[in-house]
Amino acid sequence: MSHFSPTAAVNYFFNYFLMKGVLVTIGLTVAAVIGGLILGMGIALMRMSSNPVLSGFSRFYIWFFRGTPLLIQLVVIYSGLPQLGIKFSVITCALVGLILNEAAYLAEIVRSGFMAVSAGQREAAWALSLSPWVTFRRVTLPQAFRLMIPPLGNSINSLLKATSLASVISVEELMRRSDMLMQEHFQILEVYAAATAYYLILTSVWDAIQRRLEKHFGRSSAAKSRRIAATAPVAQTSVEARA
Amino acid sequence: MSEISMNTASGVEGATAQSQLRDVPAVRMEAVYKHYGDFTALDQVDLKVAKGEKIVVCGPSGSGKSTLIRCINHIEKHDEGLIYVNGVELDHQRKNIDAVRRDTGMVFQSFNLFPHMTVLENCILAPMTVNGMSEAEAKDLAMHFLTKVRIPDQAEKFPGQLSGGQQQRVAIARALCMRPKIMLFDEPTSALDPEMVKEVLETMKKLAEEGMTMLCVTHEMGFAREVADRIVFMNEGKVVEQAAPEEFFQHPKSERARTFLDQIIH
Ligand SMILES: Nc1ncnc2c1ncn2[C@@H]1O[C@H](COP(=O)(O)OP(=O)(O)O)[C@@H](O)[C@H]1O
Ligand SMILES: [Mg+2]
Repeated sequence: MSHFSPTAAVNYFFNYFLMKGVLVTIGLTVAAVIGGLILGMGIALMRMSSNPVLSGFSRFYIWFFRGTPLLIQLVVIYSGLPQLGIKFSVITCALVGLILNEAAYLAEIVRSGFMAVSAGQREAAWALSLSPWVTFRRVTLPQAFRLMIPPLGNSINSLLKATSLASVISVEELMRRSDMLMQEHFQILEVYAAATAYYLILTSVWDAIQRRLEKHFGRSSAAKSRRIAATAPVAQTSVEARA
Repeated sequence: MSEISMNTASGVEGATAQSQLRDVPAVRMEAVYKHYGDFTALDQVDLKVAKGEKIVVCGPSGSGKSTLIRCINHIEKHDEGLIYVNGVELDHQRKNIDAVRRDTGMVFQSFNLFPHMTVLENCILAPMTVNGMSEAEAKDLAMHFLTKVRIPDQAEKFPGQLSGGQQQRVAIARALCMRPKIMLFDEPTSALDPEMVKEVLETMKKLAEEGMTMLCVTHEMGFAREVADRIVFMNEGKVVEQAAPEEFFQHPKSERARTFLDQIIH
């Protein structure tokens, strides 16, 4: 068995069963990003609120979900909650776990993006009598969003890989299906070579999309990229490896 | 265009009704206090600014100059006392705050232009969203004031592509696009390289000549001498002295003002 069969690896790469797993991985990622962004914005708004109950809850939420492994969160939702009579389908469990977890990271990214927009910007908007909505929509949000793109991109990259943890609760995404194929013929290297290639393709495609977004939202020349470079590390600190 | 070519100054129309309005001061502050925790940033400030008057506020760093000027358009909330702007009381009610902000324009030390918008977009945002102007109207208006501050050719550039002096002139034009009756300046030249100070001061002088009511925090004593009707000297949150420039520079009454002038004029 001391050999590696490139043909087998290529066959696995084009295996329909594995490809469907790739689609599930993409689906999980997209759903977790969308759900995580919506929930994360809510958590970020609460965190920035002057109400101590809201900001306290948000602080606790972020502390909890960033301070515990995603793996435990998924296992608890999948096997622990039924003990309390709460039972979801496998895919729902995975989505709930990923969204709850992702929201904690995205909340910090959203918050640091808004915090990085200087108070002077808001003051200038007030001095011009702009309404709170116009101030948010036209002044703060575009600047905050531009600052959020790099850490957001990193978070999505790591989420893409973190979806593999859903395999543990038997969601048939890329990792789980690779395991299943591997169990059949024990061509361990060949199967995982194919899976690795898919993960690399997915992260590379995302990288390319991220670069486009950065370019699109950084349309105002050199002065801007200097500002991004200067402020990005602040937002970056909120992105850590998960799992 | 008739609206645009109308003079920005108040009170120059000279009608009788206008002269009655003139009696209402542009700014009236009575026993105003502002606290930050235990710290008193404004300590029983009384100040009256007549329409068309040009005031220069000076004083050592931390004496409350910015706080004073920022209370006038409610960017800072005063804690006690009364502030009236053109007869409207700043009582923390939304509609009064809005009314006062529409009457006042502000220029900051750090320009605070919106970096993701072009110069023109910076200038038309408020006229369009607040005053409901059409884009064409707002652009005409913006170009009028950009021409006035002598940078119409930079309209399509982003703030980051301009020099500090140019950015500050754009900030002045942006404020003027809302046709304020009072202009507030908070150290508008302090963040500028020396060679750019002049162009901004020239712009401010022009505005003063047109009759604009102005409150300027600045350490440019040449400007103060030439333009100010009155110097307001602050120390530790208090208005310590108010006098005409000649009087203030030659015979400062307080010891604190004397040492301040010694330091600044060297
Ligand atoms: N947001 C704030 N929180 C706490 N202290 C402040 C705040 N803003 C200003 N101060 C304090 O109030 C004092 C007056 O500030 P300021 O009006 O900016 O002074 P100036 O403009 O004359 O230098 C300073 O001592 C400053 O530290
Ligand atoms: Mg100041």
